[in-house]
Amino acid sequence: MHNGILYLAGQGLKDMMLPIIGSELIVNLIMTLICIVIIFLLVAVSALVFTYGERRICALIQVRIGPNRVGPQGLLQSTADMLKLLTKEDIIPVGIDRWMWVLSPILIFIPSAMIYALFPFDDGVIFADVNIGLFLLLAISSQSVLPFLMGGYASNSKYSMLGGMRTVAQMLAYEVPMVISLLGIVMITGSLKMSAIVEAQSNVWFIFLQPLAFLIYMTTALVESNRPPFNIVEGESEIIAGPFTEYTGMRWALFFLAEFANLLSIGILTSVLFLGGWQGPDFLPTQLWFWIKAFFMVIVYQWIGWTFPRLRIDTMLNFGWKVLLPLALINLLLTGIGIYVVNAL
Amino acid sequence: MDGYAGLGIMFVLAFAFPVFPLIVAPLLQPRQPTREKRIPYECGVDTIGKTQVRFHIGYFMYALVFLLFDVETVFLYPWAVKYSQLGLFALCEMLVFVGILAIGLWYAWKKGALTWK
Repeated sequence: MHNGILYLAGQGLKDMMLPIIGSELIVNLIMTLICIVIIFLLVAVSALVFTYGERRICALIQVRIGPNRVGPQGLLQSTADMLKLLTKEDIIPVGIDRWMWVLSPILIFIPSAMIYALFPFDDGVIFADVNIGLFLLLAISSQSVLPFLMGGYASNSKYSMLGGMRTVAQMLAYEVPMVISLLGIVMITGSLKMSAIVEAQSNVWFIFLQPLAFLIYMTTALVESNRPPFNIVEGESEIIAGPFTEYTGMRWALFFLAEFANLLSIGILTSVLFLGGWQGPDFLPTQLWFWIKAFFMVIVYQWIGWTFPRLRIDTMLNFGWKVLLPLALINLLLTGIGIYVVNAL
Repeated sequence: MDGYAGLGIMFVLAFAFPVFPLIVAPLLQPRQPTREKRIPYECGVDTIGKTQVRFHIGYFMYALVFLLFDVETVFLYPWAVKYSQLGLFALCEMLVFVGILAIGLWYAWKKGALTWK
């Protein structure tokens, strides 16, 4: 029996609607739509909060002040930025591949938002608890490379083109270590279901059973979401803004939205896979534990990003293939032997 | 099938969601395109030569190695799900499979396919 706050709220809403509407199918459809709207709002609001949070945290780390003029403590800064972006002129550069250029910022939102459908937010609260959950999640998240390449190729700018090529190269180098490092979790859980992975951590979190995988995953997650120190795709001092150099106004804002949605999603994913998700001691509700862990990981990722200098592209790609991939294979071997020994005892 | 139907609906709505601000924004924006404004941004200098070039051969090699490893990891996932139920058999299988992977990695490494030039 589930007893998370979100689950009970969802059930309550369902029970309330059922006598009014009558058909269970329509009630389920309405619930699905409500969940989707909540997820989209979460993505949009997280981008607003994180643009402000990121600037304040990086200012704190780099001993600067950060935004503090608009609203109390600069809290309205991101709202002001959003309004500004909405009213900026949409410049369409010459010589672009029109369709690919227009589609790229739209398509980038799909993987960033759909990945939230597979997160177990609370006990029994998961939009789509499919039995290939983790696998589907990895598949969806790796799709975010294509819009970057499309935008980079279509923009008719050499900076954009380089950025698009770099995205592909770094995805090729870091996708394999990420996927192999998460195999250990699947082996221990014996299931790809996201809810099963969280429940398998009720006694001990996977960070203690898979410390090596945790470090590999953290590194690759930073790469996948283009966070510094791995933000070679949009390395400002090298290639301006990478694939979105030629985008302005709302189109650029969509890339931005996807980037911050990805930041929150790697924070949530790390806490779900390695820190026990919504589980925690009883003195706090499960829902609160979930967000504490997720935001803790987001802050850790920002901390890493603003502390280390950006890597050079060749060192970074070689690191993926020559260090992380062998380490991931060693982790796989150790996990296999470990499970066998524990089962034999 | 409940989950997959939801994912399908979500896919369609996720496509529609970013279209909405792109429709609203032009109503609020100024629109005065000039030739200089529309030139690709390259440090203020006019762009020279063709931009949409072919990919370098190095990318192809990289992608081939990636494809090999990625396909192999796809095979590893069903094996990992059933691992603890299969016992010693799965352990031996793993040693063979990861051994082949390691030899492949070693070969690619020596051939220089993993070094970014």
